[in-house]
Amino acid sequence: MGGTGKPTAAYSSWRAAVALGIAALSSGCGLSDAPILDPKGPIALAERGLLFTAILVMLIVVVPVFVLAVGFTWRYRASNNKARYEPDWSYSGRIDGVIWLVPALIVAALGIHVWIYTHKLDPYKRLASSVPPIEVEVVAQDWKWLFIYPKQEIAVVNRLVFPSGTPLSLRITSDTVMNSFFIPALGGQIYAMAGMQTRLNLLAFEPGRFMGRNVQYSGGGFADQHFEAIATPPEEFNAWVEKVKQSANKLDVATYCALAKPSRKHPVTSYSTVERNLFDRIVAKYAAGRSSAEKLVSNRPATASSLCSDD
Amino acid sequence: MLGRLTIDALPFYSWVAMGGASVVVLGALAVAAAITWFGAWRYLWREWLTSVDHKRIGIMYITLALVMLVRGFVDAIMMRAQQAFALNSDGYLPPSHFEQIFSSHGTIMIFFMAMPFLSGLINIVVPQQIGARDVAFPFLNSVSLWLTAAGAALVMVSLVIGKFSTAGWTGYPPYSGAQFNPGVGVDYWLWAVLISGVGSTLTGINFVVTIVKRRAPGLTLMRMPLFTWTALCSSTMIIFAFPALTVACTMLALDRTFGMHFFTNADGGNLMNYANIFWMWGHPEVYILVLPAFGVFSEVVATFSGKRLFAYRSLVFATAAITLLSFTVWLHHFFTMGASASVNAFFGIATMTIAIPTGVKVFDWLFTMYRGRIRFHPSMVWTIGFMVTFVIGGMSGVLLALPPADYLMHNTTFLVAHFHNMIIPGVLFGYLAGYMYWFPKAVGFTLEERWGRWSFWCWIVGFMLAFMPLYALGFMGMPRRMEHYNVAEWQPYLAVAGLGAVIILLGIACLVIQLAVSVKAWRTARDLNGDPWDGRTLEWLTSSPPAPYNFAVLPEVKDIDAFLDMKRRGVAYQKPTAYVDIHMPKNSGLGPVVGGLALLLGFAVVWHIWWLAGLCALGLGTTVILRASDDDTEFCLPASEVEKIEDQRYRAMASDIRASDVDRPLFPARPIPEVAT
Repeated sequence: MGGTGKPTAAYSSWRAAVALGIAALSSGCGLSDAPILDPKGPIALAERGLLFTAILVMLIVVVPVFVLAVGFTWRYRASNNKARYEPDWSYSGRIDGVIWLVPALIVAALGIHVWIYTHKLDPYKRLASSVPPIEVEVVAQDWKWLFIYPKQEIAVVNRLVFPSGTPLSLRITSDTVMNSFFIPALGGQIYAMAGMQTRLNLLAFEPGRFMGRNVQYSGGGFADQHFEAIATPPEEFNAWVEKVKQSANKLDVATYCALAKPSRKHPVTSYSTVERNLFDRIVAKYAAGRSSAEKLVSNRPATASSLCSDD
Repeated sequence: MLGRLTIDALPFYSWVAMGGASVVVLGALAVAAAITWFGAWRYLWREWLTSVDHKRIGIMYITLALVMLVRGFVDAIMMRAQQAFALNSDGYLPPSHFEQIFSSHGTIMIFFMAMPFLSGLINIVVPQQIGARDVAFPFLNSVSLWLTAAGAALVMVSLVIGKFSTAGWTGYPPYSGAQFNPGVGVDYWLWAVLISGVGSTLTGINFVVTIVKRRAPGLTLMRMPLFTWTALCSSTMIIFAFPALTVACTMLALDRTFGMHFFTNADGGNLMNYANIFWMWGHPEVYILVLPAFGVFSEVVATFSGKRLFAYRSLVFATAAITLLSFTVWLHHFFTMGASASVNAFFGIATMTIAIPTGVKVFDWLFTMYRGRIRFHPSMVWTIGFMVTFVIGGMSGVLLALPPADYLMHNTTFLVAHFHNMIIPGVLFGYLAGYMYWFPKAVGFTLEERWGRWSFWCWIVGFMLAFMPLYALGFMGMPRRMEHYNVAEWQPYLAVAGLGAVIILLGIACLVIQLAVSVKAWRTARDLNGDPWDGRTLEWLTSSPPAPYNFAVLPEVKDIDAFLDMKRRGVAYQKPTAYVDIHMPKNSGLGPVVGGLALLLGFAVVWHIWWLAGLCALGLGTTVILRASDDDTEFCLPASEVEKIEDQRYRAMASDIRASDVDRPLFPARPIPEVAT
């Protein structure tokens, strides 16, 4: 649960049992290392924690339903003449009270959890850390992802590289239809929408390679719109940046406009330089001169600009 | 002259699409040929298509629903087949065809399977359950039916001429906008939904008025059968929710057809408004569908447990609570759109709150079985199967209601598994239970039970195999709507899901066989007294099928289970001293005309054939004026005619009484009616 709260020993062991149960059910079928059940970062871990808690609490209602459905069906089958038959018995205040009260208490308990954890796990919230975060600007295109590193002034298509143990702070927009940006092993998804930016803050505990993708249907190339998210050991990140800086490709406006055209299975491509404020200009091009839309562009003055000639 | 319509609209682009089109065309021709062969056109037109009798309208709705169930299922099994094989390969469907299939599957199952099935059941049952002779607005009822049929027909036409939408059943812009989707597909979707949506809205109005105004004497609100309660709540929700759908679709149509900018990326449009308005309808819609299914379960569980419903008041309050709460949760469909934590948390908690009354209902049904005498009629088997599978869906629903968990599982197959877990065991099992329960009431003979139970077992096993793997795949991060994929671990799960679809296919085959076997043996399965299950509510008082006026004399209601109470008091089959003349609405051909014009209008707008659209709009206006100025819409069934029909019924009942009590030793002999000789 992200290191917060103090679960009792019994409660923890119950939770472990649920996790084990799911793992056992799925052993050998690839489910035990399913990204959502086997998270690689604190956000996904805390989100999974909430999931398991809720499953556990709801079993208080679900198990009795199973037991009663099977038990009553068997006991009161018409062929069983020994069972009591009371055709006019139709109310018991005690039973009625329990069946309203127990679900209500469960929902109240879960409701408190929801309030606390929705705030704690707000995707916009920056992660507390002793290291400064890595900032990356993400642009969804048909059908690929462009990652711009504004501090490093580099950009990469279809590969997100960042140091492990360092908060990853993403600003996300779309230069096409709505997409949804998702790295299941690290944390939840968020929509990418044209003319707007959304935020996502993630962190990987350890170095590793994770699947990332668009999960909102966006047309013919959707199925291939995935990328590799690579958490490097912290010390290797700068080396990677240097390597990208050696690339011959430069992401100027003309290159960007060519890139933005629909393409499928776009190869991983690195750019050693990036046009200044490219991300903001991509957001702003849809907001041209409309005051209501301007507000959605996160406090930045929207300069009416058409980035590419065919816009 | 023909707008965008050219020869290229024919589906020569793939053999699969060509095959689908041929099946539709040949199927339609075969049906037409059969009708001609039997010389049944005249009968069909006079007795059915122009009928304003709620029972016949109900049967037509359910026929439409069952046909569309098959069409929607074909889409489903095609998707399952594609995904079972499409690991690192293109499978047999190109993306442009796959996206049409997932769009039409959802659209058909919600709008043209579930909605007509729901309207059909409500139509057949509610007026009888409240002791009424008809609905409040019989002609409007016929218009609703034909508008729904027109929408369904438009979807079928898209299979042959042009393409269907590729934007999913929710049609999210900007992908569904003209910039990214310039063809006719989304327009077909929009106009099918718009036209049938108007029909649904009218049905909602009709049934709220019917239930509020047409109840038999003594039938107070708190004596209404649960199915009527759920129909009332569902109809109320239709009235408030469907206008939101109409508005969202109209705005999208304006964007697409006239270049407006409600939901475009640029020029001040915003797709978030669409999601917001669409789900203001979309979420209540789930409860519009499921509440009447809950109503069916309530009736079935009381009847086949031979026991009064447990905690009737609790069930009514739970139903009403769900109705209100269903309008407060729509935002949970887009928790991942970047709303603030407080907004998401509020809607998450509101969503979980609905689980309380829903849980209460499940326990109320269970305690109705407690100390009952349970007969395993197929309807009861569907009901028990529903209770155990539905709670799994309820649990996954609460998980998705937790915003942080939703961030992980939204747009994955977990979500797909969740809503199918609500809609198959919840909605469809309920409707099928209702179909098997009220079938004798609607057509006059009972359905064969063995095939019904076989169908149930295929459906429930198939459902488990098809959707439990999708929950697991959701944990593995598999998005919905994948035409192909590159993760080898997913394939075994998708193969099992495919197998599940095959078993569901067997379940559908069992339904067809059940119907065929029952029709063949109908003479031996006639329901002569109108009460085949020892019923408790008023619809079992009428004959099967009921006389056009349902009740020659309106019943006096004194208890919740009004008919059971009448049977116990020995007054259920009392012959009245005198009959009265009954005024009945005349059949009208204008209902099918409205439907036909609406279909043509939709087709014309889709293809930008503006002169035809203009003519159809004019025609629709003229039809409304014609009908409104017609003062001669009723006829009088004289008392002597009523007496003749009723005497016939008493004779049929007398011939049945001797046999029926022998088969059912468990239940005491019912009071013998006075037999007219």
